[in-house]
Amino acid sequence: MERIQNHPILGETPERRQVTFTYDGKTLTGYEGEPIATALKAAGVMAHRYTAKKHEPRGVFCAIGRCTDCVMVVNDKPNVRTCITPLEEGMKVQTQYGVSPSKEEM
Amino acid sequence: MIDVQEKLKEIGPYVEMPDDDMLVCRCEEVTKGEIRKAVHEGIFTIEEMRRYLRSGMGLCQGQTCGKLVKGIMAGELKVPPTEIAPASSRAPMRPIEMEILAEDGGVAHE
Amino acid sequence: MKIERYDMIVIGAGPAGLSAAIEAAKHGMKPIVFDENARPGGQLFKQIHKFFGSKEHKAKIRGFKIGEELLAEAEEYGVKVVLNATVVGLYPEKEVTVKIGDEVKHYKGDSVLVATGASENMVNFKGWTLPGVIGAGAAQTMMNLHHIKPGNRVLMLGSGNVGLVVSFQLLQAGCEVVALADAAPRVGGYGVHAAKVARCGVPFYLSHTIVEAEGEDHVTGVTIGQVGPDWKVIPGTEKHFDVDTICLAVGLSPMAQLLKQAGVEMADTKGGHVPVCEEDGATSVPGIYAAGDVSGIEEASSAMIEGRMSGVAIACYLGYLTEEEKAKRMEELEAALDTLRQGMFAPKNRGKLVEKTEEGIDVSMNLLEKGYVADTEIERYPGVTSQKGIHPVIECTQNIPCNPCQDACPKGCIRIGKNITSLPVVDTEHECIGCGMCVASCSGQAIFLVQEDVEPGFGEVTLPYEFLPLPKTGDIGKALGRDGKEVCEAVVTKVRTAPAFDHTNLLTMKVPNDMLMKARFFQA
Repeated sequence: MERIQNHPILGETPERRQVTFTYDGKTLTGYEGEPIATALKAAGVMAHRYTAKKHEPRGVFCAIGRCTDCVMVVNDKPNVRTCITPLEEGMKVQTQYGVSPSKEEM
Repeated sequence: MIDVQEKLKEIGPYVEMPDDDMLVCRCEEVTKGEIRKAVHEGIFTIEEMRRYLRSGMGLCQGQTCGKLVKGIMAGELKVPPTEIAPASSRAPMRPIEMEILAEDGGVAHE
Repeated sequence: MKIERYDMIVIGAGPAGLSAAIEAAKHGMKPIVFDENARPGGQLFKQIHKFFGSKEHKAKIRGFKIGEELLAEAEEYGVKVVLNATVVGLYPEKEVTVKIGDEVKHYKGDSVLVATGASENMVNFKGWTLPGVIGAGAAQTMMNLHHIKPGNRVLMLGSGNVGLVVSFQLLQAGCEVVALADAAPRVGGYGVHAAKVARCGVPFYLSHTIVEAEGEDHVTGVTIGQVGPDWKVIPGTEKHFDVDTICLAVGLSPMAQLLKQAGVEMADTKGGHVPVCEEDGATSVPGIYAAGDVSGIEEASSAMIEGRMSGVAIACYLGYLTEEEKAKRMEELEAALDTLRQGMFAPKNRGKLVEKTEEGIDVSMNLLEKGYVADTEIERYPGVTSQKGIHPVIECTQNIPCNPCQDACPKGCIRIGKNITSLPVVDTEHECIGCGMCVASCSGQAIFLVQEDVEPGFGEVTLPYEFLPLPKTGDIGKALGRDGKEVCEAVVTKVRTAPAFDHTNLLTMKVPNDMLMKARFFQA
């Protein structure tokens, strides 16, 4: 999804430091300190995880850390709420299958 | 408090509905049909439902589905939602790692 | 184990919590405010529209600016705000457990104010768990805080103020809103909010609900259908839209679990599970107070006043204020709150169909059913007059507590009077100078300047314009009617931008004289 560069009320989006991180092994870029979910959205990633029981895709739903639907495996830790976790240089972000980064273990 | 025996007679047996497979609790993946069926098995309060089906017991702690579950139960029991007894509230109110909770008081690793 | 003690612990750094802490600090207290989010301000920083009310309610100031003012005030009075601090427990003895970093910390308050706000209600339908189905709050968070479009093509479900305001914000962020649907038969929010969305061309589908969200891995489409009296979809009425995002704005519920845990007497109401409290927020547990949405859903403006009231009450409870001092301050605050709770959308009118304005004028049914006032209905309102020279046309048709337009006019052309819910009246005795201050001041974007015969057969319409790119003088485009449909060709003759307008640009377009009362938006 497109980032908003200039907004009629909020003005120009302030400059931020660009960082790289990996998403399922692929290298992506985002801005330091923005939610991981925002960087993923900018890269077109919609499905953050697949559920344990029904294996259904889930993504950002509430965007404020309440619903926990957007959780992923971040730096090998599962159930990290990507909508409120700030992006850092070199982060390892993986799709979460159940509570695992591996599809087979679901 | 609703009289379980009387109410079960009044509402009759569980009848399947076309949207029974629709998810209600997103975290624990509980469907509308499961909730409806549970009502006909005598589960009339949110507290019991949480223990029985785990609806509202996931990471979000019922933030998303609480009202929906209540609505479905009320519909099934043919009462206004305000008559469904709510769940009790207890700490921790938000998801918290077991490790952190156990450290509270500072004795877990000794 | 350590326990830290404070004279006042506030849970939630939103409009209510911050206001309470500021008020208490003003009277010599040293409050601490916990908030689970990384930024304070609650939802205020996502509110980019101008607020309603009068000066004392910070009317015509945008929500996020009010948030900045509150934070500055909190700093000025030494209010301590702890962020990323999640309160996980509240006990009747006023002990509060807070998760900060990797630790649970214990605090004890001489008083505790719970200002945890609300959570969004949700509806479920087939496919509602697909990525791309989001809450309206999520959309606001993405576009207004994180500078990213929530989607390219969006369907909004919900015609309350949140649904309407967020739809407009989506348009401002450059998204396309393909439709606004609501199962209710009538628009739930302010008519002026609906009208500004409708004239941009967003079709309203009242008595419609979502049948299904379509897509494999994420949303690719949505089907809505008309609901019958039993709230079930009438077969054959289904309509499909290609969308990548479905936005849900179906109301809010108080987030009062902490109060319940503390043993506060609760009530199950239609508006949710809420604490039973006094006007000043006092609950059944001495020293525990509640303010803002947690005690019943209202606007941020009321939450701020409620917060101030609780701050005063707590200061008095702990002996920082005398009963007399409290009574005096409460009187002012009560009056301010009471003004906000008047009009058609007052809490007492919730769910009721109000058919006539306070002035006895029929409410526009078209507005309630389609989102805009019909051309045939508009002339019945006192802000709509027909004059020769340039003059304001105020399409404010419902009694809502708001009066900045009255003060904005330097010539006294606009009259509301003491009762701020009254419809604005355009006084034909006073001469309009076309300054446009009223157009920019109207939080509902319902004021236009109209002038006939600027040149033979043509006149000009000046309208509020809050989109990018900003059209330029000489641009030729379409004039859209209140329904968002093209009425004629239009040429932009002037675009005014000024700090006093606060990002509401004034766009003047030339249209044929007979279109002056129809053309209400410009599309390049």
